[in-house]
Amino acid sequence: MLALLNTMPGAIAQGLIWGIMAIGVFITYKILDVADLTVDGSIGTGAAVCTMLILAGVNPYLALLAAVLTGCLTGLVTGLFHIYLGIPAILSGILTQLMLWSVNLKIMGKANQAIPARNYSLIVSQMHIPAALPVLLLVSALLVILLYWFFGTEIGCAVRSTGSNQAMSRAQGINTNMTKLLGLSLSNGIVALSGGLLCQYQGFADINMGRGAIVIGLAAVIIGLAIVKRISSNFAVRLIGVLAGGVIYYIVYQVVIFIGLDTDLLKMFSALVVAAFLGMPYVKKTYFQKKLTAKRGKQHA
Amino acid sequence: MLEISHITKAFNKGSIHEKIALNDLSLSLADGDFVTVIGGNGAGKSTLQNAISGVWKPDSGKILLDGMDITDLPEYERSKYLGRVFQDPMLGTAADMQIEENLALAARRGKKRGLKTGITREERENYKKMLSQLDLGLEDRLNVKVKLLSGGQRQALTLLMASMNKPKLLMLDEHTASLDPKTAARVLEITDKVVNENHLTTLMVTHNMRDAIRHGNRLVMLHAGRVVVDVAGEEKQKLTVEDLLNLFAKASGSEFDSDRAMLA
Repeated sequence: MLALLNTMPGAIAQGLIWGIMAIGVFITYKILDVADLTVDGSIGTGAAVCTMLILAGVNPYLALLAAVLTGCLTGLVTGLFHIYLGIPAILSGILTQLMLWSVNLKIMGKANQAIPARNYSLIVSQMHIPAALPVLLLVSALLVILLYWFFGTEIGCAVRSTGSNQAMSRAQGINTNMTKLLGLSLSNGIVALSGGLLCQYQGFADINMGRGAIVIGLAAVIIGLAIVKRISSNFAVRLIGVLAGGVIYYIVYQVVIFIGLDTDLLKMFSALVVAAFLGMPYVKKTYFQKKLTAKRGKQHA
Repeated sequence: MLEISHITKAFNKGSIHEKIALNDLSLSLADGDFVTVIGGNGAGKSTLQNAISGVWKPDSGKILLDGMDITDLPEYERSKYLGRVFQDPMLGTAADMQIEENLALAARRGKKRGLKTGITREERENYKKMLSQLDLGLEDRLNVKVKLLSGGQRQALTLLMASMNKPKLLMLDEHTASLDPKTAARVLEITDKVVNENHLTTLMVTHNMRDAIRHGNRLVMLHAGRVVVDVAGEEKQKLTVEDLLNLFAKASGSEFDSDRAMLA
């Protein structure tokens, strides 16, 4: 049992990093109402850019900033596919994701690049978890504050209304193409931030590190929002909930490893859990609600 | 004020399903006109509204608003001159946002949006006053998400939003069609009030002949994408539903084909 408890700080740290990524997913999935699969690629892009810059001797904070900006660009590409070529958002994300696999490989030069904490001064590292935790908490807090502020501004409100009702947004003079591009860029910038933190934390960047990221992100969003739903609908509380969702996901992950379950099956379990949650409203409505046989037609005066 | 000249719009062009929705239609509104638009199914009422608001471009023809050619202006840009209320109460508001946030979005229609706060304290007070005039009890529910409102409340809110910043043209697209009769009457009452107080030039599409006669200073009937009846002033005040049906039969050479308009 003590062994399990000992893994908890690490699980929390890693959970926070993925929670940050989940906030990126939250922005597209919940606010913009778009399922953006770019994240599986952009988290790797963030890691690749950050790793290569640190290897080249760049300050890790600057490297992280560069990772964020590159991440924004990946979201922009998806948005351009979607808006100017009319490709459905979900396919646009898949296309960018595939492109990014090549791009990430080219950035790193090979499939895997190590940045050992003993050779480089990193922002966070799993070799020093007690030092990493406060840093990650601070980054998370700053992110929540920044996003809370942003989505309360005029532009932020326009992004939210685009996700809620596009026709109405245009009727209110909002250029919904721009707000979508902005939302997708912002989201993937945050995902790349998480990638930049993750590569430092684990001491390497890997071409496969983003595989299934969207599912973990969705799981964290679903878990987190389910928890805070009863507490408050305040935007900041929901963001904190998503972060908590990431942490809970990784605590469960550690417990599963501790029990000795085959970790190869973990992605399958994650996907099934997400599928169960996503399908719940439909299942409830279709199979468990008393049928109202009379169709509700429009009333005419 | 509004000058629509010779606009044509066909859907499914070149296929066997081709449908000419607007056929060389011309219509001009004077400043302060409150025009009601009536017509059967497929007469072009909604298509006309969509052409003005820029949902798509007409195949030919021009639309001038206050002397300005808006034919090629993207929808979100011409929105600054237009206030719109749709038939579906879900369409006019952002359901996941609060009442005050929706009003604040409308208050910024046509203005540059920046990183200033999305809603200021003075605005909030102002909205409270505006809402209390509706007499629907919304003034105490500024922070309620719009999805919790009834259809009538949403249409009243959308009307307020549409009238903000005094649009050059207010467009109402069957905005009471999905409400029960009592609520519809209340929303129409509010409509008259909003239009009169702000002196708005208004284009109101309706399927209800009585409403079309009772409201506004001018009545236009569409058929097959053209204006077939256009009456104003005293002549319009004296109209009856029967007159309208006769006018329609004479102008179009056929019976009026919309049952719901007849029964209404």
